Amino acid sequence: MSELSRRPAEGVVVGRALPHESAGLHVTGHALYTDDLVAACADVLHAHPVPAPHAHARVLRLDAARALAVSGVVRVLTAADVPGTNDSGVKHDEPLFPDTVMFHGQAVAWVLGESLEAARLGAAAVQVDYEPLPAVLTLAEAIEAGSYQGGRPTVERGDVERGFAEAAHVFSGVTEMAGQEHFYLETHASLAVVDEAGQVFVQCSTQHPTETQEIVAHVLGLRSHEVTVQCLRMGGGFGGKEMQPHGYAAVAALGAVLTGRPVRVRLTRQQDVTMTGKRHGFHAEWRAGFDAEGRLLALDATLTSDGGWSLDLSEPVLARALCHVDNAYWLPHVRLHGRVAHTHKTSQTAFRGFGGPQGMLVVEDVIGRCAPLVGLDAREVRRRSFYVDGQETPYGQPVRHAERLAAAWRQLHDEADVERRLEEVAAFNATHAHTKRALALTPVKFGISFNFTAFNQGGALVHVYKDGSVLVNHGGTEMGQGLHTKMLQVAATALGVPLELVRLAPTRTDKVPNTSATAASAGADLNGGAVKDACEQILRRLAEVDAGRGLPWHDLVQAAYFARVQLWAAGFYRTEGLHWDSTAMRGHPFKYFAYGVCAAEVEVDGFTGAHRTRRVDIVHDVGDSLSPLVDLGQVEGGFVQGAGWLTLEDLRWDTSEGPQRGRLSTQAASTYKLPSFSEMPVDFRVSLLQHAREDGAVYGSKAVGEPPLMLAFAVREALRDAAAAFAPDGGGGTSVDLASPATPESVFWAVEDARSGDPDRARLVRGAPGVVPDQPAPGEPALHPRSEQVQRDLLAHEPGRDGSRSAQVEA
Amino acid sequence: MTMEMHVNGRQRALPARPHVNLLDYLRGLGLTGAKEGCAEGECGACAVLVARPGADGDGATWTALNSCLPASVALAGQEVITAEGLGSPQALHPVQREMAERGGSQCGYCTPGFVCSMAAEFYRPDRTPVDEGQEPQEEHGPNGFDLHALSGNLCRCTGYRPIRDAAYALEGPSADDPLAGRCAAPAPGPVVTDASDDSGRYVRPSSLTEVLELLAGDPTAVPVAGATDHGVEVNLRGRRDRLVVGIDRLAELRRLEVGDDVVEIGAALTLTEVEQRLGGRVPLLDALVPQFASRLIRNAATLGGNLGTASPIGDAAPVLLALDASLVLAHADGEREVALADYFTGYRETVRRPGELIRAVRVPLPTASVTAFHKIAKRRFDDISSVAVAFALDLGPADDGAQVVRRARIGLGGVAAVPLRALATEQALEGRPWTEETVGHAAEVLRGEGTPLSDQRASAAYRSAMLGNALRRLWAESQDPGPTTAGGGAGR
Repeated sequence: MSELSRRPAEGVVVGRALPHESAGLHVTGHALYTDDLVAACADVLHAHPVPAPHAHARVLRLDAARALAVSGVVRVLTAADVPGTNDSGVKHDEPLFPDTVMFHGQAVAWVLGESLEAARLGAAAVQVDYEPLPAVLTLAEAIEAGSYQGGRPTVERGDVERGFAEAAHVFSGVTEMAGQEHFYLETHASLAVVDEAGQVFVQCSTQHPTETQEIVAHVLGLRSHEVTVQCLRMGGGFGGKEMQPHGYAAVAALGAVLTGRPVRVRLTRQQDVTMTGKRHGFHAEWRAGFDAEGRLLALDATLTSDGGWSLDLSEPVLARALCHVDNAYWLPHVRLHGRVAHTHKTSQTAFRGFGGPQGMLVVEDVIGRCAPLVGLDAREVRRRSFYVDGQETPYGQPVRHAERLAAAWRQLHDEADVERRLEEVAAFNATHAHTKRALALTPVKFGISFNFTAFNQGGALVHVYKDGSVLVNHGGTEMGQGLHTKMLQVAATALGVPLELVRLAPTRTDKVPNTSATAASAGADLNGGAVKDACEQILRRLAEVDAGRGLPWHDLVQAAYFARVQLWAAGFYRTEGLHWDSTAMRGHPFKYFAYGVCAAEVEVDGFTGAHRTRRVDIVHDVGDSLSPLVDLGQVEGGFVQGAGWLTLEDLRWDTSEGPQRGRLSTQAASTYKLPSFSEMPVDFRVSLLQHAREDGAVYGSKAVGEPPLMLAFAVREALRDAAAAFAPDGGGGTSVDLASPATPESVFWAVEDARSGDPDRARLVRGAPGVVPDQPAPGEPALHPRSEQVQRDLLAHEPGRDGSRSAQVEA
Repeated sequence: MTMEMHVNGRQRALPARPHVNLLDYLRGLGLTGAKEGCAEGECGACAVLVARPGADGDGATWTALNSCLPASVALAGQEVITAEGLGSPQALHPVQREMAERGGSQCGYCTPGFVCSMAAEFYRPDRTPVDEGQEPQEEHGPNGFDLHALSGNLCRCTGYRPIRDAAYALEGPSADDPLAGRCAAPAPGPVVTDASDDSGRYVRPSSLTEVLELLAGDPTAVPVAGATDHGVEVNLRGRRDRLVVGIDRLAELRRLEVGDDVVEIGAALTLTEVEQRLGGRVPLLDALVPQFASRLIRNAATLGGNLGTASPIGDAAPVLLALDASLVLAHADGEREVALADYFTGYRETVRRPGELIRAVRVPLPTASVTAFHKIAKRRFDDISSVAVAFALDLGPADDGAQVVRRARIGLGGVAAVPLRALATEQALEGRPWTEETVGHAAEVLRGEGTPLSDQRASAAYRSAMLGNALRRLWAESQDPGPTTAGGGAGR
């Protein structure tokens, strides 16, 4: 057992089911979020954007004179005001004040007012002349126009042509899936102040305080040590606050520097949905081969993601998508191309799962549509295709603990009473003409760690005060996922003190620097490792002071202070054993895999396509849980959010040629519906896989934030099966093409397809060698993550260390 | 004039700022528990409790409202409780304790709003636990907790299960619960208000006569009741009216009178009050109410408002069209009655003249023997209809004993610029035998009614298909009255 994963014999606070550390503050309204701080801040200016009414246009003239004449307007911020770099991204492709509008509703200027009302009226008075330009909106348009951005990676293993030649069944098809709006309940918010020495302090709802700090600094032309970013907590993040907050923080900071007054930026819901990035929609062309036993033998696919107007995190999202097309299945022959479309939309970004869900949806859709034509139940195709120990992923990483998947699958079969309920479903369907039920099972295998190795580091600062109380700082942010709760438990366990002695301080860049985003589900792994490291440093020093006497904690701390022993420590953690070549798309990018299986039973109304989720059973692998109540919440919440993406949430842009072209028509809570109580499974049973210690993570736990989202595929597959049950033959051999999201309307059309008994409505091409997906031209650009670029640049400048070769690569 | 509001047990000054909503006013007091999540009454993060008159006329009821919608000055003299006023971290309210201990909060941003909605249901006087051995009603807890009380609150983190468990675990208020005790005394009455600033003027007169004089005197004056539509315009589209006339507490608009051949429903009764006071006398309205927006909205929204804005996707109109309802329009010069079928003239246009106000809705009795309301939407709780269809059919025996459609009234929403009657379909049904053949033919006619559009809610083809299928479903359910639980069907 590794030292990292070993739990002490006594005083173990990890593993206890505790409520969220802020629960008492949440329920009483005392918990403060960024915008709540404004109430206690004097003389605040309020910022309002000037939105562009075009999806793509040149800004010909911007005149703020009339805005400045509006009562209460203090200043109008434009590109001319930027002392540093007019850019809000890390790829230098996101001008903060653009001269070319790249999406409908993009802010071309910001107005500061004594009140939000004044700023709003001022923004309406800013005069802007535009020259509209043609806009690319849909993935189909982008593919047609060849409009792409960034690298175009390929993951490949085996020989796909041989695979298709040997396959007993070959099918070709297209799978499309929509994106998803984060709809964190707290919209983007920043509050910036400048102190007497010009130090900029930004309170921001951000998952990545360090990057917010860096962007604010580069917009202001300052160094990082002149900017501090603090995040108390977020009202939800889900990836939407990993890259997207930076520009709004920079606007607030710029306003504060220029006016000397605190500046608040808080987006309204409409502004937030209109301006900020979302989950990427994807388009995939594929052909798939199955062997005579129904196992997947070959898969050839080209995935195109809708990146929007700038790169943002589209490349790493695409990389993760390609690394998850396999999901839980052994694909002997596989070739996966990826590319990022450039469209005139919001810049799509991280969202819980980070491309994993989109990649996995491809293979689940392939199995769901092809299994009936192979002559097997999709459940059986899935089971037969599971990885077994000793096999590798398409990118070359051994699938450790593959047997856990089969174990969880069997456990779920028993716990959910699957065989008996399948009979019940069949009996129900035989007697109900207008209503059909189905029960489907799907697995999840999700890689944990940032694909790009450099980000897999965490920091912490742990103080023990003279009275024995403990204050923990770490680099992770709290967005509701319970990270702070877990870190308190880790610190109390590591120090062997009661939980009540430990407090958490807000996340700040001047306490723990150079942090990674709280993302990739890795918050507890990375920061937990760092907190544990800091605590253990302190404990080692205390052990010397104690010298075997066994002093009680308070006495020991006192003794250490008087012996002039340092009672605080900075902790650090980096995930060992990772390597990744983003050009070859090969390596060992993940520390481990998180596994889960889900069984979902749905009922579909044949008149309308309306559906309900009657019962959901989940067995999910969180390792040995650090905090079971928190983990249960992550599993349930992730599942429902995934079900929302797959069955309800429906982003629509105006794709007409009219004047509103490019406008997001679902930019409000009234038009963009997320799951409510009516989408919660009526009967919801989640169990955590037992005896699941993960040797490579803090106290044997596993990451939990993202993987459960993809458990919701079971709902989508059950809806497909229920639609098929309306077929004249009862559905056994009917292939159903179900749109994603499977809204009532989508399900209704799937039911109509099934009822028609027309095999063409399955929209599949049968037979080898299949329809070959779009192939990339030779010499397509590779991914160049910043971490690798910087390392290569350094290598190039270091004499005697293979500089010449690197220089060649650069050329 | 000096105005005040009673907030969390303290008398607070209320500035005369007509466009500042209740939420911003409360947050300006430093009470940041109520949050803005959407500013259009869809998410419930801003929910607070307001003392309203009890159902029986005396005493008070804690009613949950979206504070983002009403103008703060519309609450002059009222009693408001926020999450901070229910309990503190050191002394949690029972609702707060259940939510905290069961993992009902993750990010916590929606939580104070959930707590307020849940507290309203906690204090609901007619909430009664289910007897032992009996199954609770669908979407009700063993403690009688109606989950629909939370239908207007969104949570993006938890997946709702722990929130439901918290709600279903609640017992009744203790004997010394101060907020329960408060309900014995009457709720504050409306306070005559006249508040102006640069942005406009809000007036709450004391009588209908004064309201009608104001409306007659200023053609731009806007009567506002629950503000569930007007508040959205103010928040999202920057609407600023020169004169808003508050009519939501006018006694003349809040009567419900049941006669032998007509029931007259005051236009300013909230949907919640309409449901309570009708007591099941009009089954089609009972079918409508649970599907009408959310409890938070129904606690404020009125039939007068829903018909006054004349939205083609308002859910009340199709139902009232099917019920052959008429409107009583009041004017300073007198009243007139207009059949609802003649009321709508174009997209958000009606025969209502300047200065006229909807005083009441009249529904003739008895209502038809077969009624149903089919709402087609993406989400079952709190969504806007893609299509809404209301049926009111009178079936009777023909000479040969078979059932014949004696009279058919079908109201449609979401398929044209106005809510409309499906006249051709009604004709295709009336006088015909109630058979599968008649239904099949009439369903094809119904499919062709209206001029549905494609938009973000649904395609035109789907809308048409849903029209025809609504009638097929009605037939199927009349043949097999067993529940078809998946649909947005007739009942709860």
